[in-house]
Amino acid sequence: MAVARTTVEVGYGGGERLMMNMGPQHPSSHGVFRAILTLEGETVVAVDAVIGYLHRCHEKLGETLTYVQYPTIASKTDYVAAMTSELAYVLAVEKIAKFEVPKRARYLRVIAAELQRIASHCLWLGTWCMDMGGALGGGATVFLYTIREREDVLDLFESLTGARLLYGFHQVGGTRYDIPPGWDAKVRATLDHIEQRLHEYEAMLEDNAFFLVRTQGVGTISQTLAQEVGVSGPLARGSGLQWDLRKAEPYSSYEDFEFRIPVETAGDCFARYRVRMVEFRESIKIVRDALAGLPDGPISSRPGVKSVGQVRVPKGEGYSRVEGARGEVGCYIVADGSPKPYRMKWRGASFSNLAVLPHILPGCKVADVVAIMGSIDPVFGEVDR
Amino acid sequence: MSLAPAAAADLIRQTFGIEPRVEDRLVTVPLAREQWPDFGRFARETLGCLYLNFLSAIDWKAEGIEVICRVENLATGVAVMMRTKLGAGELRCPTLVDVWAGANWMEREAFDMFGLTFDGHPDLRRLLLGDNWELGPPLRKDFVDSGHVPYR
Amino acid sequence: MTLPPIAFQALMAFIVLNAILVVVAYVTLLERKFAARMQSRIGPYYVGWPHGWLQPIADALKLMMKEDVVPDAADRWVYNLAPIVFLVPCLLIFATIPFAPGLGVADLNIGVLFFLAVSALEIVGLFMGGWGSNNKYALLSAMRAVNQIISYDLPFIFAALVPVVLAGSMQMSAIVGAQAGLLGWFLFYPVIGQLAFIAFIVATLAAENRVPFDILEAESELVAGFRVEYSGMKFALIQLAEYAHMLGTSFLGALLFLGGWLGPGPAWLGPVWFLLKALVVFLLVTWVRWSFVRIRVDQILAISWKLLLPLSLLLLMASAFVVAFGAGHGA
Repeated sequence: MAVARTTVEVGYGGGERLMMNMGPQHPSSHGVFRAILTLEGETVVAVDAVIGYLHRCHEKLGETLTYVQYPTIASKTDYVAAMTSELAYVLAVEKIAKFEVPKRARYLRVIAAELQRIASHCLWLGTWCMDMGGALGGGATVFLYTIREREDVLDLFESLTGARLLYGFHQVGGTRYDIPPGWDAKVRATLDHIEQRLHEYEAMLEDNAFFLVRTQGVGTISQTLAQEVGVSGPLARGSGLQWDLRKAEPYSSYEDFEFRIPVETAGDCFARYRVRMVEFRESIKIVRDALAGLPDGPISSRPGVKSVGQVRVPKGEGYSRVEGARGEVGCYIVADGSPKPYRMKWRGASFSNLAVLPHILPGCKVADVVAIMGSIDPVFGEVDR
Repeated sequence: MSLAPAAAADLIRQTFGIEPRVEDRLVTVPLAREQWPDFGRFARETLGCLYLNFLSAIDWKAEGIEVICRVENLATGVAVMMRTKLGAGELRCPTLVDVWAGANWMEREAFDMFGLTFDGHPDLRRLLLGDNWELGPPLRKDFVDSGHVPYR
Repeated sequence: MTLPPIAFQALMAFIVLNAILVVVAYVTLLERKFAARMQSRIGPYYVGWPHGWLQPIADALKLMMKEDVVPDAADRWVYNLAPIVFLVPCLLIFATIPFAPGLGVADLNIGVLFFLAVSALEIVGLFMGGWGSNNKYALLSAMRAVNQIISYDLPFIFAALVPVVLAGSMQMSAIVGAQAGLLGWFLFYPVIGQLAFIAFIVATLAAENRVPFDILEAESELVAGFRVEYSGMKFALIQLAEYAHMLGTSFLGALLFLGGWLGPGPAWLGPVWFLLKALVVFLLVTWVRWSFVRIRVDQILAISWKLLLPLSLLLLMASAFVVAFGAGHGA
């Protein structure tokens, strides 16, 4: 077991330590997160991470709402990548009840999930750069660029589902909406734009020595630590783990698509950045392929919602997980035969990813705290659930 | 260590005398409470399940609370679901923090949500609920909420 | 001119001070517009036609009308005094800047020295603000400020001294005088000029606390650093001081490297040329600001002590060498 660093002793004669609160209201807390830092000069020696400010007890909510009602609420756990958490929930229900999902619906789910990944990574890149570069500096410039691209993707979602942030696109047995006419052409045009602009971001960031010194060698997560904390997604792949659920445990027809899993071995902020930049491109490729191969047919095996208790699931339990933008988003459901789950457990990717923070922060400088936080890309709706 | 799920199940049967349920790549192991930390160490070291998916609990009303923990060996794809029924009225469970560092927050969450005490946990404090929460562990089935019914 | 010298200088000081305040206000608008273009935005647009040219006035009015909040735990004297202590040196640096031959408050024979000495004083105000706020973010920022100013004033001074050595004078007008002629600007001085200009710009960025060296403001970790507790007019004074300092340093850069008021056309165009050159320097700094990320405090110190200081010292020695062997303008 890798020994977790909880404190670091630095050779500092004064012995004076400063307790500094970062959050819950702080420009770079990405929501409501409180880190109580103990500082010696500029060096962090200990950190206490306080979460729960956004806790809504989704697991209790899941026990009180039926299988028809909950998918729209599921999107509120990870509100930056709402499509993936909806998908995790309906997949779990379908797994227990052994519902068939039509192929067209499975492809639509893939398209939605990958577009969502692009949108989520756009937001991540912008906010992360803003953490490092400041709202009054180069970071804000990158932020405004990426938010412009995210806006395009949200426009696509708006014409698909009518909503821009929390979609309610998935339902048990399929999807709720089919694509509107002309949508696929719009998607292709948007993807072309984004693909071209990714080169601009890379040119702006990777040719910039200051960006490199801020990210390389900062916040290193070892492979062992990543595993035993349960870190997943781009963070795990940035630490050298060849682990992507879309390949390891294909769901929703991911086995039909050709794509690459980027892996970096350095484990630092820059490695995580590189992983996500490649993921952008792979997602673009998957969406293009899925659009090209989109089969005809029904979009749901259980069309038309007549009552909230319509979906009944036999006794049983199941864990299903999807590769969200931040990692393994899992949903564990225990069904008792009624229209509501007996127990529902959310496995938030951000929750486990954030739990690595107290292990890697000691020894860093104050400025690194925000860079590392940003590279972890936590969404506090998912951390606190 | 490359173990297929069936081989892992055999090994578990030999070492602990438990009959695990194998389902695709998932090996479900019902454990006694005393075996919990030992089996955790066995899963990590012998089965190579370094990766911690989640740790949580289920309240089975009269039968008491069951603690569940899903771990996985990313290289071989073997996943182990450890479960232990604590028994009616029993709220103590050994900790797994010294096996998987990630169990720290997850056990704190279970402490929060079910009122479970994890013996040996270094820092068992509330994680998600506020310090002024007085209604009791919300995910227990005997929890009486404030009476607010969501719109339906 | 029949006025006695002291009255003339007082009048000039009055004019310069007010002109500077107006220019500073509009420099903020310029920066916002420039940054907006870089970020594919429009920037201020609605206050005043065309293109929001009344925005600085509106901002000033808004800040004046805001409530002045003083934290309970603040050291009131230090806290209240800090913005003024910060502002005074930032305005005082304009005293020795001649805007055209004879048009300036005081063309001291040690003008450059005066500028460098006074501009270094701003750290006192910064530190007072950080300390007096009794806020941990502000305190940390004040500590960083002292670190940074100490390490960057040296390269800043050495870089600024290169033109001084080349011109053989510390008097601003004499330095401009030495840059007369086609390609006479010290920026075009072979090798030494360009390197010194780069060193000067980098040190300027740090001295002005601009991205990538704005670790004392660092709003993503220290919220707003030393001015986190300031609001209303005090905040406005700090902003004013920062921009005045930036503008003053841009003027200095234009004087030292870009030939000041020299330019084609009649003599009365001199101040216009001067202002344009200063704005070019200002926009150069702005350009860097809006495209870089901030670096860490230890990296900032490393850049200064390991790279910039040796480089600027070397340049100073090289220019002294050149002058001593008779190739300089002034010697």
